[in-house]
Amino acid sequence: MSGALKDATAIVGIGQTPFAKNLVESERTLACRAIIAALDDAGIAPAEVDGFASYTMEETDEVEVAKSIGAGDVTFFSKVGYGGGGSCATVAHLAAAVATGQATVGVAWRSRKRGSGKRPWTNTAVQLPTPGQWTRPFGLLRPADEIGLLARRYMHEFGATRDHLFNVALACRNRANQNPAAMMYERPLTREMYMTSRWISEPLCLFDNCLETDGALACVVVSAERARDCRRKPVYVHSAAQGLPAQHHGMVNYWNDDPLTGPSWATARHLWKNSDLTPEDVDVAQIYDAFTPLIPLSLEGYGFCGRGEGAAFTEGGALEIGGRLPINTGGGGLSEAYVHGFNLINEGVKQLRGDSTAQVPDAATCLVTAGEGVPTSALLLRS
Amino acid sequence: MTALPTEPARSAEPAPATTGDGLLLPVPDDDGAPFWEYARRGELRVQACAACGVLRFPPRPCCPHCQSFDSEWRRMSGRGRIWSYVFPHPPLLPAYAEQAPYNAIVVELLDAPRIRLVGNLVTSADAPLDSVDPSRLRIGAGVKVAFHAMADGVTVPRWLLERP
Ligand SMILES: [Zn+2]
Repeated sequence: MSGALKDATAIVGIGQTPFAKNLVESERTLACRAIIAALDDAGIAPAEVDGFASYTMEETDEVEVAKSIGAGDVTFFSKVGYGGGGSCATVAHLAAAVATGQATVGVAWRSRKRGSGKRPWTNTAVQLPTPGQWTRPFGLLRPADEIGLLARRYMHEFGATRDHLFNVALACRNRANQNPAAMMYERPLTREMYMTSRWISEPLCLFDNCLETDGALACVVVSAERARDCRRKPVYVHSAAQGLPAQHHGMVNYWNDDPLTGPSWATARHLWKNSDLTPEDVDVAQIYDAFTPLIPLSLEGYGFCGRGEGAAFTEGGALEIGGRLPINTGGGGLSEAYVHGFNLINEGVKQLRGDSTAQVPDAATCLVTAGEGVPTSALLLRS
Repeated sequence: MTALPTEPARSAEPAPATTGDGLLLPVPDDDGAPFWEYARRGELRVQACAACGVLRFPPRPCCPHCQSFDSEWRRMSGRGRIWSYVFPHPPLLPAYAEQAPYNAIVVELLDAPRIRLVGNLVTSADAPLDSVDPSRLRIGAGVKVAFHAMADGVTVPRWLLERP
């Protein structure tokens, strides 16, 4: 079976709405706009769509989407859990469905009004996430607090500093400053702004945290054969993986032998195993950045450097255009938009089409990752 | 414009599990209930496999090492070390925002360093969450458990510096 998925499918259409703090339209409307834009980009009629994949946290379900856009008979639909950990898996599920004949035209999407809506952690009636009894009574309330604990330990064990986290925030902000669609397009970041900003959960400051965004994105997956007849240059799904490592506990992963070796490691092992590529072959990466510390952890997990070397990897402009590994070239969750990582998928497609606003010259391979710190997923895309 | 449909009636949401002040109470699941029952008696106990003896946390139905469904609750000395810590700042739930910045810590137990508990470092069992000077927190600092009654019948472990 190994390799059955390799290059068998391609992303042939992408779509997005504006990104803003407050959009007037509903999540449902935004979802339909992004999906119809993606189908239009692909040159595929909505009536041909027979597969859907999204996140369990997506509030607009397949029934609403299918009847609104005018899909035909839908023969595959799936939802992936764990918030932003599911982003790449939505494409992976469609790729598997298309490769095995369960669907012919698949649409993945995420629509979210996080900018104007309530934050999940403010709900006191449910103890989110599942192990909430062990964390929430002690005021460990938000994902920023949960990741902040891992970040402090990482800094302690490996000598990482706030300057390393700033390198991450700056690379994303610099790319957003090139991207007119980004929420932070005309808002440069300086080291002074970073170092004097307010704390959210010390050691994490305001600029270590992703944006609060209203917006929606979608993409279209078809077979490689069909992709050759589409309007746009195909971007092939070269390898895809999900990862729930042994003894993993979700965002509050303090209870296994090595909490700093997160789901990226397990996902990466499977991703590379089914790939012709190695980390050295990756031209550009879109790495899930709900919080800056997730970047060094992911750089280690996906094999761009050794254990404990992720912070040092960010030095010397390594993450900028022209650096060792340009990342989050649309601005990422930190500076373009935070839509549970779906903008990272679409930006990967733009890079491999050659039409990113911060284009890496001749980019032919792109790693896209989903949320580190939760059961996660990743894609290796190639042109 | 058509009339807006009325919202369907929602089933009653479960009562928020908070103290009168709005602090979140632990909401035990079946596996975790014994931990909280022992805490109410002032004992820090961790689930262990009754067959192979390996400790596990958080509690769960069976042993990931030998798959036995028999478990026991082993009493810990209550001594540990700070593994990591954060100082949450607003925006937070109001009852926590009032005490912010406070500390939230992870403690590794001396008896079982792979067992790590989230908690708060305080100057005494019933002191506020921000009672310890932030400069006193450091990774590796020795701590010992104390028990704080948050509400009637609900007790949580908290942590005191061994060398205050
Ligand atoms: Zn056992």
